[in-house]
Amino acid sequence: MNNFLKYGILIFSLVAVLSCSDNKIDDGNYINQPTPAPLNIPQIFSENILDPVIPIDNPQTLEGIALGKKLFFDPILSGDQTQSCADCHSPQNAFTDSTRFSEGIDGIFGNRNSMPLFNLAWNYDEKFFWDGRVFGLEHQALEPVTNPIEMHNTWEVVVDRLEQHPEYPNMFSNAFGNGPITRGKATKAIAQFERTLISANSKFDRYLLGEVQLTPQELNGFNVFMDEERGDCFHCHGNPNNPLWTDNIFHNNGLDATFSDLGLGEVTGDPADNGKFKSPSLRNLAYSAPYMHDGRFNTLDDVINHYSEGLQNSPTIDPLMKKVDEGGVHLSDQDKADLKAFLLTLSDPSFINNPDFQNQ
Amino acid sequence: MKKILTILAIVFVFSACSEDHDDNITPTPSQVNVSFNFTHDWDNTLINSSNLTTEIVTNEHGEEISMTRIRYLVSRLELVNNQGESYLFDGYKFTDLSDEASYNFTPDNNSIPPGTYTLKFIWGFNETDNVDGAYADLNSASWNWPEMLGGGYHFLQFDGMYNVNTTAPAPFNYHNGTARVSTGVFEQNFAEIDLPTEIVITNNAVIEVKMNIAEFFKNPNTWDLNVLDTPLMPNYTAQKMMQENVSTVFSVGTVTQ
Repeated sequence: MNNFLKYGILIFSLVAVLSCSDNKIDDGNYINQPTPAPLNIPQIFSENILDPVIPIDNPQTLEGIALGKKLFFDPILSGDQTQSCADCHSPQNAFTDSTRFSEGIDGIFGNRNSMPLFNLAWNYDEKFFWDGRVFGLEHQALEPVTNPIEMHNTWEVVVDRLEQHPEYPNMFSNAFGNGPITRGKATKAIAQFERTLISANSKFDRYLLGEVQLTPQELNGFNVFMDEERGDCFHCHGNPNNPLWTDNIFHNNGLDATFSDLGLGEVTGDPADNGKFKSPSLRNLAYSAPYMHDGRFNTLDDVINHYSEGLQNSPTIDPLMKKVDEGGVHLSDQDKADLKAFLLTLSDPSFINNPDFQNQ
Repeated sequence: MKKILTILAIVFVFSACSEDHDDNITPTPSQVNVSFNFTHDWDNTLINSSNLTTEIVTNEHGEEISMTRIRYLVSRLELVNNQGESYLFDGYKFTDLSDEASYNFTPDNNSIPPGTYTLKFIWGFNETDNVDGAYADLNSASWNWPEMLGGGYHFLQFDGMYNVNTTAPAPFNYHNGTARVSTGVFEQNFAEIDLPTEIVITNNAVIEVKMNIAEFFKNPNTWDLNVLDTPLMPNYTAQKMMQENVSTVFSVGTVTQ
């Protein structure tokens, strides 16, 4: 019994020591514990919609966010070190590109409009890109680095550069503990920064919180948006109780009768998905022109005219595109102008001017 | 020593056998757990996420239809036994036919005594539950019904194309929720579904609830999509016809226990 007790105490002590060393000591070095920095969830979201999606293996930390921000604005990620994420995802454009297509480091243009970046943690299905081809923000961030018409680099080169850099090794240790820099850690950090890009302070948000009034024109525009007989925008683009202003789902919104870009269909291989692209949020439209997955529309008037008169029929068109045989629902000029006025109330100047999101 | 071991072995074997006998006469449990599995068909053709968008069906009025999306809401599932005792299950069930994980519904508190039951539930939300914006998961699914039409939530979103066998297929949006009588005047439009089939529950059970989608276009109103396709949400008559037609949509299927 005495021996039993002795061994028991010995094992207990070993476990206690080992568990301490797991937390604090690694090869004789002290591991920094990153500082938790949970997302600051806006009232308009916490009161209405489900909590954001934060992967269990990538919690938000101050050090991770700081590292992610530095990486986001650093051209070190691109092959010739001339292009950062922010080049095609510019803060003043709600983190999209002001041009229709973006130019990669080799002067080659893509065929889709850069997606704006905000409220990404509320993309519950976690399908990213216009065609939803990637699951998870961490995985999304892998692709532009190696895409030959974007940053045209390899992650091996990126990791090597980061290892040789005067600041990054310490920043990675602070964010993720000791150990080699990896592309997994880099994209985790970028994803952490991207999740902080929260936009929830538009005029319409403040209207819902009872802080400001809308003009009669904006109110009528809101009614056009919510009226199934007129705009019927809300089935895909949210409503006051879903203030993301997107369903993050894929639809064929009648842009083309035939498709040069299959969108979701290219990813799933299902012809029934051809011509479907993710509904973008209607927040920050004032800054995110041009519009649609291929940036074909330069103005909001063009967009509204498309839904009103310009719909093209095709086998996969979404049945929510009403009166497609007549090109659309034929809004009056007044309703179009009012709808535009309402849509602009969803833009959030404090988002594009937030100093936390600038390269400084 | 060997003898002792042999005797012990025999005793063990017999005692093990006798335990088996006990198992076979285990009395009926005093409480069992029930859950629900909703299945969907079009007049006996099973519809699920695999064939929802590919199956071409013909409605009662004769139009050929393709289906794009079907989502619906039921609430207040309740089992009533033949002594008149009622077991009301908490929560509501939001089903998206494109997501088979949403077909199952296990209430948090799902323990009932064995017995003979019938099932009833509410199509959509009743007046008490249909509170505008009250449910974060439904808001996140953009399931809301516009405030100008009375607010609250959709009960059904059924989108598709009809006359798909012609050169001019057209969209329909068979959406059901609160009925607008006139501007600012609304009428609740939920339905009480009371299924007469007796459900004998002796053990933990999964109750299949079948939805025949074709019935939305059939009883008592034969639906003519050429007249009523879209928009139907603000159309009072269409909304009340949907409320009438839902009464024959559901039935009890297999009970697995």
